[in-house]
Amino acid sequence: MEALIEKLKKEIIEALNLEDIEPEDIKADDPLFGDGLGLDSIDALELIVLLEKSYGIKIEDPKDGKKIFYSLRTMAEYISSHQKK
Amino acid sequence: MHAYIKGIGYLSPQPTWDNSLFLEAVKSHHVNNMYCLAPDYKQYIRPIALRRMSRLIRMGLTSALISLQDAGIDKPGAIVTGTGMGCVEDTENFLTSVAANKEEMLTPTAFIRSTHNTVGAHIAVHLKCHAYNFTYVHRGFSFESALADGRLLLAENAADDVLVGGLDETSEHHYIITGRLNYWKVKKTHNLELLSSKTPGSIAGEGAAFFVLGKVPGVNDYGKLLDLDMFARPESEEILHSRILTFLQGNAMQASDIDLLLMGYSGDVKFDPLYEGVSEKIFPGKPEAYFKHLSGEYHTSSAAGLWYGTRILQMQYVPEVLMKSTTSPGKINNILIYNNFRNEQHSLMLIST
Amino acid sequence: MPERIFVTGIGLITAAGKNVPENEHSLRTGHSGIGEVKFLNTVHKEIPVAEVKHDDKALFDLAGIPYREGYTRTALLGMIAAGEAMQNAGADPGGPRTGLISATTVGGMVKSENHYFDFLRNDESNIYIGTHDCGDSTEKIARRLGIHGFRSTISTACSSSLNSIILGARLIRAGKLDRALVGGTDALSRFTLNGFNSLMILDREGCKPFDKNRNGLTLGEGAGYLVLESETEVRKRNAMVLAEVTGWANANDAFHQTASSPEGTGAFMAMEKALETNHIQADAIDYINAHGTGTINNDLSEGRAIEKLFGDRIPRVSSTKAYTGHTLGAAGSVEAVFSVVSIVRNVLIPNMHYRDQMPELHFAPETEYKEEAGIRTVITNSFGFGGNNSSLILKG
Repeated sequence: MEALIEKLKKEIIEALNLEDIEPEDIKADDPLFGDGLGLDSIDALELIVLLEKSYGIKIEDPKDGKKIFYSLRTMAEYISSHQKK
Repeated sequence: MHAYIKGIGYLSPQPTWDNSLFLEAVKSHHVNNMYCLAPDYKQYIRPIALRRMSRLIRMGLTSALISLQDAGIDKPGAIVTGTGMGCVEDTENFLTSVAANKEEMLTPTAFIRSTHNTVGAHIAVHLKCHAYNFTYVHRGFSFESALADGRLLLAENAADDVLVGGLDETSEHHYIITGRLNYWKVKKTHNLELLSSKTPGSIAGEGAAFFVLGKVPGVNDYGKLLDLDMFARPESEEILHSRILTFLQGNAMQASDIDLLLMGYSGDVKFDPLYEGVSEKIFPGKPEAYFKHLSGEYHTSSAAGLWYGTRILQMQYVPEVLMKSTTSPGKINNILIYNNFRNEQHSLMLIST
Repeated sequence: MPERIFVTGIGLITAAGKNVPENEHSLRTGHSGIGEVKFLNTVHKEIPVAEVKHDDKALFDLAGIPYREGYTRTALLGMIAAGEAMQNAGADPGGPRTGLISATTVGGMVKSENHYFDFLRNDESNIYIGTHDCGDSTEKIARRLGIHGFRSTISTACSSSLNSIILGARLIRAGKLDRALVGGTDALSRFTLNGFNSLMILDREGCKPFDKNRNGLTLGEGAGYLVLESETEVRKRNAMVLAEVTGWANANDAFHQTASSPEGTGAFMAMEKALETNHIQADAIDYINAHGTGTINNDLSEGRAIEKLFGDRIPRVSSTKAYTGHTLGAAGSVEAVFSVVSIVRNVLIPNMHYRDQMPELHFAPETEYKEEAGIRTVITNSFGFGGNNSSLILKG
C-alpha cells in the first residue's frame, strides 16, 4: 500500500501539473480537495482518467470521485480493491 | 467619446512587461516565428493557480494585471478581450489527443482552455470581478472590436473604466499551418531587418497587450484614444486614402495635424505598398514608425501598435529601432496608427496627448 | 432619446426543424430533435445528440448555393438561418448602416478535425485551413447576404449568441447602426462531443432539464438569427415588428472555469441587471426561457438565482433544450427566437423530459403547451463556461 501511495504521488504531480509540489509535500491522509491540496472538480476528472489509464479502473459516475479521491490513502485502497488481478 | 488611457501592460517577443523601461534592450530573433519573452509569472500569479494556465492564459492574465496595477485599479468596470485564434496550443492538444486516443480516456483540461473566452474568464476569476465580460474573435478585427466595445461601454456610462486586451499565441504547428497560406517568409529572416528583405510573407509573432481605459481624464494618463475605425478590404487605394482623410476630418483634423504615423509594415512585399501609398499620398515627409519587426504578425498585432503608440506619446520620443523614416518628430501630440491584416481587415486608431 | 430596438425578422435551423415554421411545429407537437448520431463521424454512438437532420449537401441546397469545397457546416447553418431572418424582415442588407454580429464557439472545427493532420503534413494548401477560425462563418454569411457594413464575431462559450444580440442592440441604441443581423451558429464536432464527454456531463438518456434525476446535457447544433432595427428605421420602411428588445445584461460568475457558483451569483446578476436596463419590474416578466441545460450544476444554480430574484412570484419557466439539444454558440439566439415565437403566437413552450421535482427548488418548470398563454414579456438566459452569464428581455 505504501509503495502504491508513493507511486500515486508522482503520478498525481505529473497529471495535475503541480509544478511546485514535491512528493513529500503530500501526506497520505491529508485531503486532496478543498483545504488540503486545493484540487477541484476538473482535477477529479483528470484523476478519473488517470485511474482508467494507469490501473484499468473505470469510474462511471463523477460523483463517486469525492469519496475515492478523498486522500492518497483512500485512492490507493480503492485501486487495490478494484484492480483486476 | 474620448477614452483616457490609464494603464498598460504588454508581453511580447521583446522585454516589454516593465513599464519603467522602453526598449533600452532590443531582442533580436533569428527565426520567422517569434515567441514572447516571459517574466517570472510567480511574481504575478499564485503557483496553485498557475498550474492550470497554459501559455496564452499566463501571458494574458499577467499583462492584464500589469495594466490594472499601472492604472491603480483593483477591479475594472468591464473586461473585453479580442483574440484571433484563442489558445492555439490547447486546441491543438485536444484535437490531437481526440485522434490519438480514438475518442477514449480524454482529460478535459485542454478542452476547457481551448474556449476563446478563457483568458477573459481567468481575469474575472482572479479579480473576482463580476462585471461585463466579452470576447471578440474576428480575425484582424478582434482587438478593434474589443476596443470599440470598450469605448461604447464608457459612452453608455455602463462603466467608469474598462480593461481591453488583444492577445494571440503562436505555436510550432500554427506556424506550419498558416505558412501553407503563404503568411510567412520562406527564408529565415532577421527580425530587425524585416523591411529590407523585400520578399513575400511576414514573420509570425504573438503577444498580449492590455489597456485600462477611463471616462474621466486624470493627471497620470498616458494620453487619450480619440477615435477608432475599422473596415474590410477597400476596393482601391483611393478608397483607402479617402477613408483615412474622412476619419481625420471626423476628428476635426487634417494630415498636417498628425505628428507621427505608426503603421503595420509587415515586411510582406504584397502588403507593404499599401502603407507606402498612405505615407506618400497623404502624409509626404511625415515622420513614420513601425513595430511588427518587434511584435511579429498575428491577428491582434494592432494591439501591439497601440501599446507602442501609447509609450511614444508618454515618452515623447521614438526609439531608433521603431523609426521607419529618417525624419524624427518634434513634439508628439497626435499619432495615427494604421494597420491592416493582410489587406483583409483594416483599422485606424487616433491617439493624442 | 436613445433609439428603441425592434425585432423584425427571425430565422432558425435546429434538430427540431430547418426553418422557423418547422421548429414551431416541433414545439407545438412536442417533437424532440434528440436522437442517435447520424452525420457526425464518431465512435460515441451511445451518446444521444441533436443533429440537424440534413447532410452537408442538403444544407447547400437550403442555403441556395451550389455545392463546393470551402464551406463548413457551421457556415452553411449560419447562412440558412441568417438568410431566413433577413427574408423574414424584408430588409435591404446593403449599405454601411447594416451590421452583422455573429457568434460561434468552435468555428470551422467540424472540418479542421478531419483535415488537421493534412494541414500539418501536406505541402499543398488545404482550403479548410482558412475556414478554421471563428470569423470565417461570419464572413461567409456577410458575403452571401451582401452585408458590407460593420461585422464582428463573439465567442464566449455557450452564451456567445445572446451576447451578439446584446451588442447589436447596444449599437442600434447608440445610433451606430440602423439595422443589425445578430445570432450564432455552431455545428456538432468530435472536438466538442469529446470535450463535454471528458467533463462527464453528457446525459446518456438525453437531457432532462430541471428534473431531479437529470444527468447532463445533450449536444445539439444549429443556428438562430434575428434582425434588429431602430425605431427610426422601422418607421421609415414601415416594417412589421415582432417584438422589442427592452433589456439585456452580461455578468460574470467569477467562480470557476466550468462550474457555476452554487448560489448562481452571475445568473442572478445578469437577470437583475437586464431588468434594470429600462427599469422593468420583476413581476412584468411572464415567462423565463431558462438556460436549463440539464446538468446537475447549471439547473440548480440557475434555479436558485431565479428564486432569489423573483421570490414567491416566479414567472412560468421552461428550458427548450430538450427540443434542440444544447446548440452551444447558437443556443442564446435559438432560444431568443423561441422567445419571440412565444410572444408573437402567445404560446407557452413547455419543458420536455421533466418528470420529478428537484428537492432543492420550490418551483417546477411548465410541462404543457398552452395557447392564449398571456405571454408579453420574456426573459431568456444563456450561460457559458468562464462564468459568462447573459440575460435578454423581449417584449410583445
